[in-house]
Parts: sequence; C-alpha cells; structure tokens
Amino acid sequence: MSTQTKGIWKVISASSLGTLIEWYDFYIFGSLATIISEKFFPSTNPTTAFLATLATFAAGFIVRPFGALVFGRLGDIVGRKHTFLLTLVIMGLSTFLIGCIPTYENFALAPYLILILRLLQGLALGGEYGGAATYVAEHAPENKKGFYTSWIQTTATLGLLLSLIVIISLQKILSKEDFNSWGWRLPFLFSIVLVIVSIIIRMKMQESPMFKELKSEGKTSVNPIKESFGKKQNLKLVLLALFGATMGQGVVWYTSQFYAQTFLLKTCGIESTQANTWLGIALVLATPFFIFFGWLSDKVGRKSIMLTGMLLAIICYRPIFKTFYSYADVRNKTEVLSNIKIEKKINENQLTDSIIIKTTHAVYTDSSKLLLKEIFSQETKKLDNIKLLETKKIITLSSSFQFKFIGLLFILVLFVTMVYGPIAAFLVELFPTKIRYTSMSLPYHIGNGVFGGLVPFIATLITLSPSSNYLSGLWYPIGVATVCFIIGLLYLNKKQDV
Amino acid sequence: MFKTIKKYLGVVWILISIVAVVALIFGAIQNIDINGKLDINKPLPWIIIVVIFIPIAFGLSLFGWYVLHDEYSTKK
Repeated sequence: MSTQTKGIWKVISASSLGTLIEWYDFYIFGSLATIISEKFFPSTNPTTAFLATLATFAAGFIVRPFGALVFGRLGDIVGRKHTFLLTLVIMGLSTFLIGCIPTYENFALAPYLILILRLLQGLALGGEYGGAATYVAEHAPENKKGFYTSWIQTTATLGLLLSLIVIISLQKILSKEDFNSWGWRLPFLFSIVLVIVSIIIRMKMQESPMFKELKSEGKTSVNPIKESFGKKQNLKLVLLALFGATMGQGVVWYTSQFYAQTFLLKTCGIESTQANTWLGIALVLATPFFIFFGWLSDKVGRKSIMLTGMLLAIICYRPIFKTFYSYADVRNKTEVLSNIKIEKKINENQLTDSIIIKTTHAVYTDSSKLLLKEIFSQETKKLDNIKLLETKKIITLSSSFQFKFIGLLFILVLFVTMVYGPIAAFLVELFPTKIRYTSMSLPYHIGNGVFGGLVPFIATLITLSPSSNYLSGLWYPIGVATVCFIIGLLYLNKKQDV
Repeated sequence: MFKTIKKYLGVVWILISIVAVVALIFGAIQNIDINGKLDINKPLPWIIIVVIFIPIAFGLSLFGWYVLHDEYSTKK
C-alpha cells in the first residue's frame, strides 16, 4: 500500500469514527426518549411537557441548520480540522453530561439542563457532517471522491445500529429495574470513552491540503455566510442542492429507516424485538451498498444514481408498506386457537366508572401469535354503556415471514444507499473550496433535519384526516421526493455532476 | 419546446411554495387543540415548523423565480 493510500485511509477512518460517534450520541437520546421523558419531563407537569416538546422539535428543525451555519462559517475561516474537532467535543461532553444529571425528582432544574444539552447535541451534529465530508473529499483524488466520501455516508446507519446494540445489550445484561433506575445512563456515559479515542485520533490529523493551500495564498473567505447566501451565483446552487437533491434524499432516508420502523411497530403491531431485529439485519446487509453506490457514482455520475433511488422509492413505497400490512393483518390468517380473558377493575378514584380489560390470545395456522388487549370503560349506573378506550395489538409473526420482511426492509434501505451514498461527493463538488463547508452544510441539514425530520409529524397529520387509511402517511415523502426528482432531473446538469 | 416547459415550470415551483405555507398554516389552525394529547395538537411544534418553513418556502419561490429567468440553463 503506497504512503498516499495509507494517508487517505487514515483520513477516512478518523473522520468516519468521529461522525459515527456523533450519530450514536444523537440517536441514543431518541432511542431512550421514553425513559428520558419519565426521568426528566413528567407529562403531568405542563412546564416539563413543554420543554420535552421543545427538545424534540427544536433540536432537529432549528438547531441543526443553525449549527450548519455556525460551524460551516468557522470551518471556512479557521479550517476543517479544528472545527470538526470542536463539534466532536461539544457532542461528546453534552452526551456524557446527560448521563450525569440527577432526575427531575431530585433536581428541579434538570429538565432545563437536559434541554440545553440536547440543543447542543443538535448544534454539534449540524457542524460535524459538512466538516467530515469536506475534509475527506479534499484529501481524495478527483476520480475517487464518491468512493472515499461514501465511508462517511455509512456512519449515520452504523451510528443507529451501534446505539441499538448498546441499548439492547444493556437491557439483556441488566434487570429491567436496574436498567430503568440507572442502567439507561450507561450508553450516555460510554460515549465519553468513544469521544476521547476519536479526539486523540483526530488531533494527529493534518489540515485539508486544499484549505491549507487556500490559507497560505490568503484566499480564504472573510464572510462565508455572505458569500454563500448573499451572492446569486452561489445561492442558486444552494437552492438547487436543497430542492433538487437533499430534500428528496432526506425524506427517503427517514421513511425507509425510521418511518418503516414506526409502521411495523405501531400500524402493523409487530412485536418490538422481532421488528427491530429484522430491521437491524436489513441495515447490516444494506450498509455496504453506501460504498458500492459511492464508488459507482465515480463511474456513472452522482445524479443518475440519486435520482434512480428517489424514483424507485416513489414507485415502491406504497406496494412495500401495503405488503408489510397484509403480512401482519390477522384477517388474512386462519385462527386455530384462541383464549379470551376478561378482567373488570373498579376504578377507585372515579367510583362511577369501571375499567374492563379484554385480553385475547390467538394462534394461527401459520403459527403467528396475537395478543390483543382492549380496554373499555363502563358506567356503573348504566351497565350497557361501554366505551372502547384503547386497543393494543401485538403480533408475533411466524418465522416463515422472516426472509420476506428482511428482504423488503433491505430494499427500503437500498433506496437510502442510492440517494445517500453519493450525496457527500455531489455536495462537495458543487461548491468552491473557500465556502464549501458553509454552502454544503445548510442544504444537507435542511433536507435531512427539516424535510426528513417532518416525516412522522406530517404522516400523523395526514392519517388523521377523515378519508385516510394506513398508507396515507406515505403521501408526504412520496410528494416531496417527486418534486425533488423532477427538479433534479430538469435542472441538475452535467456541470453539477461528475 | 422542452427548454420553454422547463423555464415555465418556475411558476409551478412558486405556486407549490405558496400552497405549502398556506396548507401548513391551515393545518395548524385546524389541529391545535389544548385538550389534545398528540404532538400535532400542541401549539409549539406548529410554531417551530411554520417559522422554520416560511424561509424554506421563500427559498423555493426564489428557486422558481431563478428558473423563470433561465438562471439554470447550461449556458449560465
């Protein structure tokens, strides 16, 4: 292996490791959201409930794009290396401190501190990605930018996977009580070890050669934000990157990885360990394709691969999600055994109403199992007045469905690898070196943080409309991806491609 | 012919941006409910989303404007 090749692999591993850790840090908060809410944001208290909503929405929608601007500017003035080192420190410390803060029961200011730390996480994430992608691309040879930057693209999926592995392992090692009491803090505290290792590695790295050259010639930008968004020549490229690439990429990513998970768990009612395991396997199998499509984009161009991924997602989303639903729908199965248990509880706080819990266990010919819990309220005075309050359905599917689900989930993640694998190289090549960090970070984080982050919210909104069905939520990602596909197809030209 | 369609599609992008903002504001008015339990019933997410989305919609309008003025033609 030549010295130059060794050098680029050092750059890739140092950048990717740090970015992976940042994604891990960002995701563990999301994965442990239920416990964090219980410990810091009790819903019975209106102030803490307000802070919880703020932490959820502000971190993704406002702070990430804001971080892209703040650190993008810094990266274009001071340099890539020091800026993405700083974002790593901010992210690592914030995550570690979340694991140290006493619960709301013992410390009334805890929800405020958690909110601030979550916002700092969003800010750091906003600055990290652009830095890592720019840093790697500026070290890579012209004809291999897609391949080398695609390693950075794997980190978002691997970060999610790492967070799930750490959490599931701890849940298996510790008792439920221990995990809920103190074990949930360990994934946050563990982050500091990862961050220290990554900082040591990154400290040893050199500044990007293209930025160093620019700096030595005194040609760095004095005001990158003004140059990026104040000059028409560059602003029109920022808009094209957002509406013709990252907007569609963001919704495809969120729908295939996160909305699919919510759909399996909530809409189909599939047992959580089963659904998460299948998704995890699909993620592992599909991850190498980020690199494959990054590599392929060096040969055939970024635009064709990204737009093909977007088009396939637009066409296949409804059939794939419909198939998930039909596999889990017990109306399509033949019942062989069922056991119904009815429990009646007198609600002591409201003596007038009783609660009736009807639990149904059913087994089907394909050996799938259903647990259906229906909760009713019954007025004591009018025994015939029964209202259904809640239905909880958990279906454990037969193992014969395993390959079908993994296969379909794999296809969904494959769409992500097509739209996401080449995008770092595409964004880096679109903008000049002196304002690259700022210019590429903002469209990336608006596309992913805002358009992608809105998927669950808008999907819920659509499914609540009167004429909707279980697939209606998909109209948002399909609509956004379609607009993005048309814009990309019409206005991205060879100049903006490789 | 194709170039002309491409250019006049700028109007569509401008219209989409306007419709998106109006739809979001209507969505907020219809769904905010103090007694509701879902995120879409809370005012705060709507405020954040509408505030962050307005400049993005403005960006789409501006994109449409540039398209109308042939700024994305290969010659430029």
